[in-house]
Amino acid sequence: MTSASRTLEIRTSPHFVSGHDVGVIMFNVVLALLPTVAFAIWAFGLAALFTLSAAVASCLATEWVACRATGREATLGDNSVLITGILYGLTLPPSCPVWIVALGGVVAVGLGKSMFGGLGLNPFNPALVGRAFLQAAFPVAMTTFSAPFGADRFGSLPAATLALPFSRPTLDATSGATPLARWKFGGELTEANELALGLVGGSTGETCAILIALGGLYLIVRNMMSWRIPVAMLGTVALASAALHALAPETHAPARFMLFSGGLMLGATFMATDMVASPVTHLGCWIYGALIGVIVVIIRAWGAMPEGVMYAILLGNAASPLIDRAIQPRVFGGAGGGSGP
Amino acid sequence: MRLLGLKTFRHGVHPPEEKSETRDLPIRQFPFAPVLAIPLSQHLGRPSRPVVRDGEKVTRGQCIAEADGDLSVPMHAPASGRIVRVAPMPSISGRMVDGIFLEPQPGSTQETLEGEPCPLEGSSPEEILRAIQDAGIVGLGGAAFPTHIKLRIPEGGSADALIINGAECEPYLTTDHRVMLEQREDVFTGIRYVLAASGAERAIIAVEANKPDAAAHLREGLPGDLPVSVEVLPVKYPQGAEKMLIGALLGRKVPPGRLPIDVHALCVNVATCAEIGRLLPHGRGIQERVVTVTGPAVRRKGNYRVPIGTPLRFLLEQVGVSDAVSRVFLGGPMMGAAASSLDISITKGTSGVVAFEASEAERTHQRVYPCIRCGYCVDACPMFLNPAQLGVLARNEEFERMAEEHDLLACFECGSCSFVCPSHIPLVQSFRMAKAAVRKARAG
Ligand code: SF4
Ligand code: SF4
Repeated sequence: MTSASRTLEIRTSPHFVSGHDVGVIMFNVVLALLPTVAFAIWAFGLAALFTLSAAVASCLATEWVACRATGREATLGDNSVLITGILYGLTLPPSCPVWIVALGGVVAVGLGKSMFGGLGLNPFNPALVGRAFLQAAFPVAMTTFSAPFGADRFGSLPAATLALPFSRPTLDATSGATPLARWKFGGELTEANELALGLVGGSTGETCAILIALGGLYLIVRNMMSWRIPVAMLGTVALASAALHALAPETHAPARFMLFSGGLMLGATFMATDMVASPVTHLGCWIYGALIGVIVVIIRAWGAMPEGVMYAILLGNAASPLIDRAIQPRVFGGAGGGSGP
Repeated sequence: MRLLGLKTFRHGVHPPEEKSETRDLPIRQFPFAPVLAIPLSQHLGRPSRPVVRDGEKVTRGQCIAEADGDLSVPMHAPASGRIVRVAPMPSISGRMVDGIFLEPQPGSTQETLEGEPCPLEGSSPEEILRAIQDAGIVGLGGAAFPTHIKLRIPEGGSADALIINGAECEPYLTTDHRVMLEQREDVFTGIRYVLAASGAERAIIAVEANKPDAAAHLREGLPGDLPVSVEVLPVKYPQGAEKMLIGALLGRKVPPGRLPIDVHALCVNVATCAEIGRLLPHGRGIQERVVTVTGPAVRRKGNYRVPIGTPLRFLLEQVGVSDAVSRVFLGGPMMGAAASSLDISITKGTSGVVAFEASEAERTHQRVYPCIRCGYCVDACPMFLNPAQLGVLARNEEFERMAEEHDLLACFECGSCSFVCPSHIPLVQSFRMAKAAVRKARAG
């Protein structure tokens, strides 16, 4: 203490903060997604690379423009829009025309996030908002899937990828139906191990259940993701589809098929767990996950479409504020409190 | 609830402990400052009334200010010397309060004046409580609530268990740890007084598992005739909060807005207990207290017995601080208060002085993001509140709603929510303001 006039800085306690930080959490989510991204590019080649790049670029660009236009502080540094871009790209068919990808990216971030005020305020998972828009606007492009591991996948692009805006969609010679579609429309069952390993057709990043689960485990171990949501969601789907299968094996696929097919793994691990659009309490997370699981089974079993994960999660997001209002922690020492959700 | 076989509470956080640098340093006497500035309100309740005049000569231990009514305690001269003046001085909150300025007499033997002893045998509960008040004893854990009030059993109430709080869950602080190691007999004598005063049947000394030496030392010396046990609790913040302790040790939950005595329990900080045991047999008053002086900016860290009224500036000069010092906390880094000026004094409630450097301070100067609804704060809050929701309401200044619908007043400002928030939202800071606003609105 050399001088008597030293100035002290006054900031209230706590002086300590834990290591968790929004930017760090988001960065780790990106890390957890990398294996899935790598597998997608390996399985679908240049098509996946184009789709993912266009998705990420359009999302980041939209956020940048939105921040400039509204005078909001630039948020690209927190990585949350990067995650939206990657997740959004992973939900699209690999051979989706690039212009459609870009358009959906603008909707995902513009309508799904910026319009609500940016980080922390989006009621829905923004990636799914973009995907839902495309599903409604371009149903053919959204349901045209190419088969994985095409021989020339690193040498050439599917014709659709670089199609001009609003041109007639060209159906690709190599297109193949997804396992869910083959079951729904043809009664054909794909083996669970093929599904888990990602040897099947589907959206860019939904096919390899094992790598997706690996990423999820990493986040759970680092306490950056609620494990309750995927467990509740997958558990509900498993139980409900096992029950349906037992009642009517001809019309309802077994649980192992339901668990590993379509976007369920990707949705349960990385989409439904979007912190902003899911409940904050443990009990709330259980309810939310189970609700989504039930809706998935209903849509898959009786809906017109083979897949229902996207709509199920969006409905879950919509219910999340209600769940949070109904399920509050109960104060320590109050009636039944101190042990609540 | 149990964790690995140890009793604890649910939720809570794990801040870095940072106790290793001072835990093994024995308590050392701190020198007298050239002038001691003794604030007249060091405790919750009414300020003491000075009974000395400018220029008056006083003896160490002499009463220099008397209790102003029941919810107040007297002050004793921390040193023999001369009263310079009674005048306003800054307090930790930044507010000016009255204080007595005392100039210790150089070369004095600093012999302590003794008063009327309060014998353990034959004193009634009222006499013991009276003696505790006369000794100027308040909660030394930081709350500085007059101990005689805390120990007084209300009409129709009763206490069966007395918890001696040696958890010391605040990072950096090691005063209670050292007191348990060095003043074991004072602690036991204190327990005898408190049991006699309160009528409680048994005492439990609660120690966090990071102080195994203290627990073992206490256990070894347990007097056979004293109904006291030592319980080791897991290291978790805020384990030392009264409600958490009572929940963990007795399995009882103190309802919001109620006191431990409502569930027949009493909690006394271990250093307070030791002070009762040290002072009452001699009829002395508090003149000093053990303070952990530590933190990255402090050169000679340690546990010091510091005279009450020692100016913070003198204290830091003596231990040496780096030029980069930027923040000084009185109490610990989780719940303590940032010192607004170096002209404030060490008071009875100052359990530690923790100084940080500018580079350290940057760790908390992180960008504030919007709430991402991660729920970490909900998982951390030991009171089972919803800090995320409270934070939103605080921003909209809906203070009354925070209190009515979300139990704001049950928040005891432990800081766990702010500690875990990845968006670095100053949650507990806004709750402090909201609580003050609600109290003001309700009082007015
Ligand atoms: S709301 Fe209050 S009691 Fe709960 S963690 Fe935050 S500061 Fe502690
Ligand atoms: S910890 Fe912070 S970001 Fe997370 S829910 Fe609580 S207030 Fe929001």
